[in-house]
Amino acid sequence: MNPVVRWFHQLGSPPYFDRFAARWAPWAYLLGLLAMGVGLYGALFAVPADYQQGDSFRILYIHVPSAWMSMAVFALMAFYAAIALVWRIKLCEILAMACAPSGAAFTLVTLATGSIWGKPMWGTWWDWDPRLTTELIVLLVYVGLMGLYAAIDDRRNAARAAGFLAIVGVALLPVIRWSVVWWNSLHQGQTISLFGKSHMDPSMLWPLVWMIAGTKLWFVGSLLGRARADNLRRETGKDWVTKLAGGTP
Amino acid sequence: MMRQAAAALIARDLRLLWARRGDALQPALFALLTVVLFALGLGGDAKSLAPVASAVLWLAVLLAGLLALDSLFRGDAEDGSLEQWMLAPVPLWWLVLVRTLMHWATTALPVIVAVPLLGELLHLPRAQLPVLMASLLLGTPILSLFGAVVAALTVGMRRAGILVALLALPLYVPVLVFGAGAVAASAQGLDADGALLLLGAGLVISLVLAPPTTAAALRIAHN
Amino acid sequence: MPDEHVHASPLLAARGLAFSRNETPVFGPLDFSLDANEALLVQGGNGAGKTTLLRVLAGLLRADAGAIPIDGCPARADLRARFVAYLGHLPGLKGDLTALQNLEFLCGLHGRRSKQTPQAAMDIVGLGGYEDAPLRTLSAGQKKRLGLARLWLSPAPLWLLDEPYANLDLDGLDLVNRMVQAHLRSGGAALITTHGAYAAPPVQTKMLHLGGEA
Repeated sequence: MNPVVRWFHQLGSPPYFDRFAARWAPWAYLLGLLAMGVGLYGALFAVPADYQQGDSFRILYIHVPSAWMSMAVFALMAFYAAIALVWRIKLCEILAMACAPSGAAFTLVTLATGSIWGKPMWGTWWDWDPRLTTELIVLLVYVGLMGLYAAIDDRRNAARAAGFLAIVGVALLPVIRWSVVWWNSLHQGQTISLFGKSHMDPSMLWPLVWMIAGTKLWFVGSLLGRARADNLRRETGKDWVTKLAGGTP
Repeated sequence: MMRQAAAALIARDLRLLWARRGDALQPALFALLTVVLFALGLGGDAKSLAPVASAVLWLAVLLAGLLALDSLFRGDAEDGSLEQWMLAPVPLWWLVLVRTLMHWATTALPVIVAVPLLGELLHLPRAQLPVLMASLLLGTPILSLFGAVVAALTVGMRRAGILVALLALPLYVPVLVFGAGAVAASAQGLDADGALLLLGAGLVISLVLAPPTTAAALRIAHN
Repeated sequence: MPDEHVHASPLLAARGLAFSRNETPVFGPLDFSLDANEALLVQGGNGAGKTTLLRVLAGLLRADAGAIPIDGCPARADLRARFVAYLGHLPGLKGDLTALQNLEFLCGLHGRRSKQTPQAAMDIVGLGGYEDAPLRTLSAGQKKRLGLARLWLSPAPLWLLDEPYANLDLDGLDLVNRMVQAHLRSGGAALITTHGAYAAPPVQTKMLHLGGEA
């Protein structure tokens, strides 16, 4: 059997995944922190101020990676959920549900940084800008998903139901985004989008790349950590868990 | 076989509606209450109400539908009817489609019929009424079809309550946007046809995609 | 016995069937088969998994492992639906409708055996005269009999009966036995769960015991 395929099968075994996650999560966190450190240094000190927005644009270096992650994590969650539903792989159920809190956190950061960024520009803490409005709806979907997962007693059924909703959500997200953009143009005319496709000078781009890499690595760490915890919780009572906790089975 | 099953389901639902015909008025009464509360909150004069009338009416209909969602599958789940549907030789999505449309006809349609009257209470400009009715007639079935997916996922849960609303509302956003937006567009003098056509297209797509999705959700939740 | 249909393969078979809930195994792996004209009695204490087994066989739940070939071939959902009639704890009857209206709906849903009418079925189960009674007004035993009437009208050859003797008086127990007997004689098969030493149908029965782990 192909070694890659074999490794995937191995990964699905709860004890093996536990060892794998325990080994790699700290590294992911560490590398993520380092990358974010480099990126933040660049964002705050190395890069010159924007000629239009002054220093307040610097929050973009947190806002953009967070926004990206909030969407990417949603897509990843739906991907794991689809595999879990079709092939009934328990590990993918766990991974899908472990994505949700991180994704929600990234969405919250996106909203907060977007709001902070907007204050000097709009004069208010909130504007029903298409991007922020969509992010708010995405946050509500994340929270609803986590609520559904928590509300059903059987863990596997809960993961399947919430995963199903994640797939429906990901399919509808473009429609929601599109409708919000249309709504925005209808009610507020053509506003110059604050977060639109502005072209960034390449010299200012590199901290963004570091931040994007850093947040991805951080996410991997948190995904592995949370999945490991869920895995252990589900397997409570099994011999290998008892041994791991230091007891005798 | 499918036609026979559909006829039997429609007959059953009509008989059930007749047996509890008092309940059929409840969504309409809720919409009326919503309108009253909005008027009380905004101030009863035409100047404050007329600009927001169409949006308030859309919200009243949407919220009434959201509350009625609970009755879509719960009764059948509790007495084992849902099981019989899953065991029937006709596809589950077909039964779901028939049931959802019947539910819409018995809960949303009465509210829509009441909308012109409710519009008078909110001083809705007469010119907006046709677009409003069209958007409601096209949009509310979509809400029922989308809502059915959420209702199916939560069908086993005792204390679903606010969770159902939390899960359904993001799905409702596009419908509300285009529905209320159509009326807003026509109020601004713009063409509402684009939004209405989008709603129509959405309805067709929902009629095709939502029932199988709901059927899958029912099987997942019924485990 | 006359009217026997000779099937090359068993009507229903289970191969390595297993089911677990929340990581704990409920039953399995099980291997058994059921031919036409046969009854299979599934015994076990409370919580042994009898109801779960029946629901897996009916297609309401998906087994974790194993196959359930019907008539020798792996069954698609619609084939299984035509093949199986399931009478569980919840009979799927609406309290607001009359007894006859309930039967009419279920016949419309599942189809009806030719030459049988809802009216006749009600007479057979001893509910003649209750056609227009709202279901709410019937006792638990009478509702059970209505469920049996629905079963009688079903064209499916395989009956899955979950505790069919529950809620019935001696007359009702006899009714169930007579129905099962007649069904088996005409080429059908029945799988019955029971948790006690209830009257078993006086037909050729296989036994399956599910161990109820505490």
